Amino acid sequence: MKYYDKLIFELSRPGRVGYELPKNVFATDGEKEIPSDLLRKSKLDLPEVSELDVVRHYTNLSNKNFGVDTGFYPLGSCTMKYNPKINEEVATMPQFAALHPLQNPETAQGALELYWNLQNALSNLAGFAEFTLNPYAGAHGELTGLMVMRSYHEARGDHKRTKVIVPDSAHGTNPASAMVAGLEVVEVKSRPNGSIDIEDLKPLLNDEVAGIMMTNPNTLGMFETEIVEIAKLVHDAGGLLYYDGANFNPLLGKVRPGDMGFDIMHINLHKTFSTPHGGGGPGSGPVGVAEHLVQFLPNPHVKKSEDGKFYVENGEDALGSVSTFFGNFGVMMKAYAYILSLGKEGIKEVGPMATLNANYIKESLKDDYLLPIEGACKHEFVFDGLRDKSTGVTTLNVAKRLLDYGFHAPTIYFPLLFHESMMIEPTETESLETLEEFIEVMHKVAKEARETPEEVKNAPLTTLVRKLDETTAAKNPILNYKALKNS
Amino acid sequence: MNRYIPHTDEDIKVMLEKIGVKSTDDLFSDIPEDVVFKGEYDIPSAMSEVELRKHFKELGDKNSQLTVFAGGGAYDHYSPSVIGHLLARSEFYTAYTPYQPEISQGTLQYIFEYQSMICELTGLEASNASMYDGATATAEAAMMMVASAKKKNKVLISATVAPRVAEVVKTYTKFHGIELTVIPEKDGVTDLEALQESLKAGDVAGIIVPCPNKYGIIEDFTGVAEKVHAVKALMAMTCDPSTLAVLRTPAEWGADIACGDGQTLGMPMQFGGPYLGFMACSKAQLRKMPGRVVGATKDADGKRAFVLTLQAREQHIRREKATSNICSNQSLMALYATIYVALMGRKGLEEVNKLSCDGAHYLYEKLLSTGKFHKAFDKPFLKEFTVHTDLDIKKTNEYLASKGYMGGIDLGNGLVEFAVTEKRTREEIDEFVTLMLEA
Repeated sequence: MKYYDKLIFELSRPGRVGYELPKNVFATDGEKEIPSDLLRKSKLDLPEVSELDVVRHYTNLSNKNFGVDTGFYPLGSCTMKYNPKINEEVATMPQFAALHPLQNPETAQGALELYWNLQNALSNLAGFAEFTLNPYAGAHGELTGLMVMRSYHEARGDHKRTKVIVPDSAHGTNPASAMVAGLEVVEVKSRPNGSIDIEDLKPLLNDEVAGIMMTNPNTLGMFETEIVEIAKLVHDAGGLLYYDGANFNPLLGKVRPGDMGFDIMHINLHKTFSTPHGGGGPGSGPVGVAEHLVQFLPNPHVKKSEDGKFYVENGEDALGSVSTFFGNFGVMMKAYAYILSLGKEGIKEVGPMATLNANYIKESLKDDYLLPIEGACKHEFVFDGLRDKSTGVTTLNVAKRLLDYGFHAPTIYFPLLFHESMMIEPTETESLETLEEFIEVMHKVAKEARETPEEVKNAPLTTLVRKLDETTAAKNPILNYKALKNS
Repeated sequence: MNRYIPHTDEDIKVMLEKIGVKSTDDLFSDIPEDVVFKGEYDIPSAMSEVELRKHFKELGDKNSQLTVFAGGGAYDHYSPSVIGHLLARSEFYTAYTPYQPEISQGTLQYIFEYQSMICELTGLEASNASMYDGATATAEAAMMMVASAKKKNKVLISATVAPRVAEVVKTYTKFHGIELTVIPEKDGVTDLEALQESLKAGDVAGIIVPCPNKYGIIEDFTGVAEKVHAVKALMAMTCDPSTLAVLRTPAEWGADIACGDGQTLGMPMQFGGPYLGFMACSKAQLRKMPGRVVGATKDADGKRAFVLTLQAREQHIRREKATSNICSNQSLMALYATIYVALMGRKGLEEVNKLSCDGAHYLYEKLLSTGKFHKAFDKPFLKEFTVHTDLDIKKTNEYLASKGYMGGIDLGNGLVEFAVTEKRTREEIDEFVTLMLEA
């Protein structure tokens, strides 16, 4: 196929159209009623293209993308599992797609039942009293969860609690969400294996601490074995525990965050519950809470009455609203279909098989790649680059070389605990054959690093475009077609 | 075993041997015994596709598909068939965030096109790659204005901003520690005298005004930007991107930031989401704008290519010093909007607005002529408007629903708000009015 790099604007021909609307049969001229001062004066320069132009253009663009359906993503902390097709099918059913969010609940009972069923399933899987499905993404869930935390303390008149403890190994959204929620971040150090250092934590706990944000397994894929003790320490100090659900996948079938002592958590439906990443979104970040925090969940709430009817309620103690309506409902539909497809038996296999896959890759590659933390990992693990550092081949080089071999890159340079972090998470949906192919290529790249290091350093060599000039892009930003034309 | 988990017993055996453990349970032996989940999950057993389809159909049948005459943040605009087909290409929807630009040019390029279209519609120089929804984008605009103003911490929001948007702004600012003051409304529009009064103290970081407003009115903001800028504050406008094809743009009003919800760009109402929030700003504010941004560049061979840029503003680099915690965009919905705008073009968007506007005015006149509805505000509107009614709105809407229609939104005090899109025919409008009088 030939290389395609046109922009839709470059296909434009004056007078060409890609739509057909009903004839205007209204005798009224509404726009005449709008004073001309309130109307647009400037030219609107949009593409003028035919329907086929549009179809070919975006089909050609799609060919320039790599997705889960193209190949394997060993992308740590992102849980790039297979996105089942039936989920896509049911999510576009017109009985849901054409529903107005402000329809009388009496006329949207099926949608509300689905919301209610999903919030219950998540509550059960995670061990919490109730979930809100309104938050739009993981980071949005974190923010919502921290708002719950603050609302709880405020409702008790405990106004001093304005600090939140975040491990130094945490994902960047944790401290950023704390900042948006008006909390001050206090960092707690990690031990070399990424787990929280209890001795470092103890002196940080006082009556100004609203709570702690943790993920378990942590960013190195290691289980925080002292979680029960940590929970007790934080609770005794009057704080709450927030569980970042980014790493929830390995726990399915094994442990429930609510049972570990956490008070609040968010779940990334686009990770653990298989909804597609969509090239960066839409995601969905439901937030679950223990019984004593239910009243603070954001409005609107979906409830079920005694007679089995579903209704919408806005609670007075709620922290407020974080979404215009009910969140990304279309995404919830896919997660719900996934849970039903796995069923209670299938869901129990998710954590163990994801963990088995991760450990298999780890054990198969640790001869060539530096494994800083020994022992069984959970769903993911981290290499600190190649074992042989003498070649000068970096983690970035290895990642880019993988693109040449038809694999997505792992998550790189995160966590910040190591210089050459390479975080690998295979998920349970990948077969042994796929893992073997990946392992073989990783060994091959390690061999190339020893024998032909320059080639690896110049990777990628075979992708549609090669290494990009990111420095100039940031220094002289060209952010739209008009600027590009004038550049 | 399950169709989404491929492990055979033999696979598991081989893998366990390599790892050097006897069972997968051994991989979890570090978990304290007291917290291990030993029960059964309270969810149904696995459903086949046949059963799943049946279950979804049963749920779907409990919803009523209504002919919609309401808006309030979600509008029944026409979605061209092409969009669904292109969005179903799994190279788009199963892709991750384009952090590896060499294998993500499809995503990066449509985001660049999306940004170009948002800039065209708003008249502003920079757009991000999209945000969650219109309400959160407006809340982010409030935080952005405060971050930009440095030592000022007060944001003014017009009482005429849609209540669902205002509620989210109120929630964000309350927790973030921003002082939010409501500028009162007068005759259905922002009280500009009160606004000017509030600006006097010089402590305002920015203001938020709507277009169209919560009643559907297109407000006149002549002179507002000058007054706001004179006290070194910023002006954010929360607007409907579809209407910007015909209405005076945020840039033409002198706004520094435009934000709002992209649902009106042909997206299904889908019970409230996913939609997208858009945000655009002037060049001067670019480095304070939250969210992902895509820029044009070249690759090592000199080929034109696209890449995520200006990432130094974002949470994964700045952590607690970032202006926002946003980590994703509504990427696939940005593709939706991009294809929609590409298909419609300027002429199509103008026609959508003209049809909606003419239909809305036709309904408006017809309602007034019944004697049961009365002018609430004599102000210009496009596709959404508010009137007073003598009818019992709740009862009327229940009757309408039983006849397959969604009536107007009850704003309280006898005010009811209707919306008309290009999908509504004259026959539907006629029947809708007849039914309301029957109720």
